[in-house]
Amino acid sequence: MQDVLLALLAKEPAHGYDLRARLRAALGPLGGDLNDGQVYVTLRRLEKAGLVTARLVGQGDRPDRKVYEPTPAGRERVARWLADVDPAARPAPTDLYLKLVAAASSRLADPVDIVDAQRRELLRRLADVQRAALAEPAGSGPALLLEGAVLRLQADLRWLDACAAHWTDRKK
Amino acid sequence: MEPVLRVRRLRKHYGAGGGLVRAVDDVDLDVAPGEALAVVGPSGCGKSTLLHMLGALDRPDGGRVWLGGERIDRLSETAAARLRRRAIGFVFQAFHLVDELTARENVELPALLAGASPRAARRRAAALLDRVGLADRAGHLPAALSGGQRQRVAVARALVNDPGLLLADEPTGNLDTAAAGDVLRLFAELRAEGRTLVVVTHDARIAAAADRLITMRDGAFVDQTVFAPSGLV
Ligand SMILES: Nc1ncnc2c1ncn2[C@@H]1O[C@H](COP(=O)(O)OP(=O)(O)OP(=O)(O)O)[C@@H](O)[C@H]1O
Ligand SMILES: [Mg+2]
Repeated sequence: MQDVLLALLAKEPAHGYDLRARLRAALGPLGGDLNDGQVYVTLRRLEKAGLVTARLVGQGDRPDRKVYEPTPAGRERVARWLADVDPAARPAPTDLYLKLVAAASSRLADPVDIVDAQRRELLRRLADVQRAALAEPAGSGPALLLEGAVLRLQADLRWLDACAAHWTDRKK
Repeated sequence: MEPVLRVRRLRKHYGAGGGLVRAVDDVDLDVAPGEALAVVGPSGCGKSTLLHMLGALDRPDGGRVWLGGERIDRLSETAAARLRRRAIGFVFQAFHLVDELTARENVELPALLAGASPRAARRRAAALLDRVGLADRAGHLPAALSGGQRQRVAVARALVNDPGLLLADEPTGNLDTAAAGDVLRLFAELRAEGRTLVVVTHDARIAAAADRLITMRDGAFVDQTVFAPSGLV
């Protein structure tokens, strides 16, 4: 969550309300779980850690609002996060999705490159598991177990293809 | 080692002006003897166009292709046909078996066309059908075979003239998971035997059974993964 907010702020300074609205829009029905306080709590943590700075901006007759902006340390952390391929090879879809959204909106990284890097990891993993599966006699218990792992990896890879297609179309 | 297949600045464009499609756009490729290469990428990225040029089924607009040291990008129709019979095996998504011929006759056919004696063709067909696990289906017509069995017949047919290069375009594209699994096993075995393979596929399992994987987008190679020879095992 910290990384996602930092990346969104790296594009342009924003206040908490904006950030929450953007996350909601990106997550759709899944954003329902995002509680209102979460964004503000995370922003305050980021501020304490020296990763964002906040300044008050007046808005005429309404109360002033805090606008957040990443510090150099914050920007560095975002860059590292975007370049980092999940070593688990099977990241939770929402985590990867938010990273892609953040990369696209901050323009700090190409989401398609992130998908490609992740795909390489998944394919390596699939190659390993599949080799193990093929080494087992067809129809054996271990072969069946490994088949489950293969099918899940295959589903993840299909979703990555869909992600790549989505962000490729948007570039055009 | 000399590559089996060497490709330089290979190009195929369709249409012109605003409708120009860069189906294959100046790609370079070397395939080593015994290498199993998979090519993946979204629909329309140029995989089949590439494969057809590698197999002298289609002529490039530009660039060069060498197969076993011999230029194959400017062959006449007849020379290309002769080369394909002798040196290249093809496996297609839709099998392309002759419906009126039995499995064994389908496998024999390219051997006979290449000048093998009927006895030699029959012997090789029998061995290959055994090899792909279909010895007991040799007398069946394609209509009496499952999709996975048909594709295994197609692989046997592609191997009958012992080609130096086997090309496959979506070999599991028309198959369900179980049948695709049979074809996958077969390809993994061919790879282990040191066959030189180029497979175009949407199927991650086939892709992951290769030694090397190339990702294509808009006619160009955009990514490459080399799989470690061993892994979990
Ligand atoms: N004969 C043709 N005339 C015009 N355009 C063509 C022709 N053949 C292919 N194309 C175009 O060239 C591009 C590449 O086609 P190709 O069949 O190689 O894609 P592919 O990667 O094999 O796709 P798929 O995964 O759907 O099989 C596509 O945009 C296609 O429309
Ligand atoms: Mg195709």
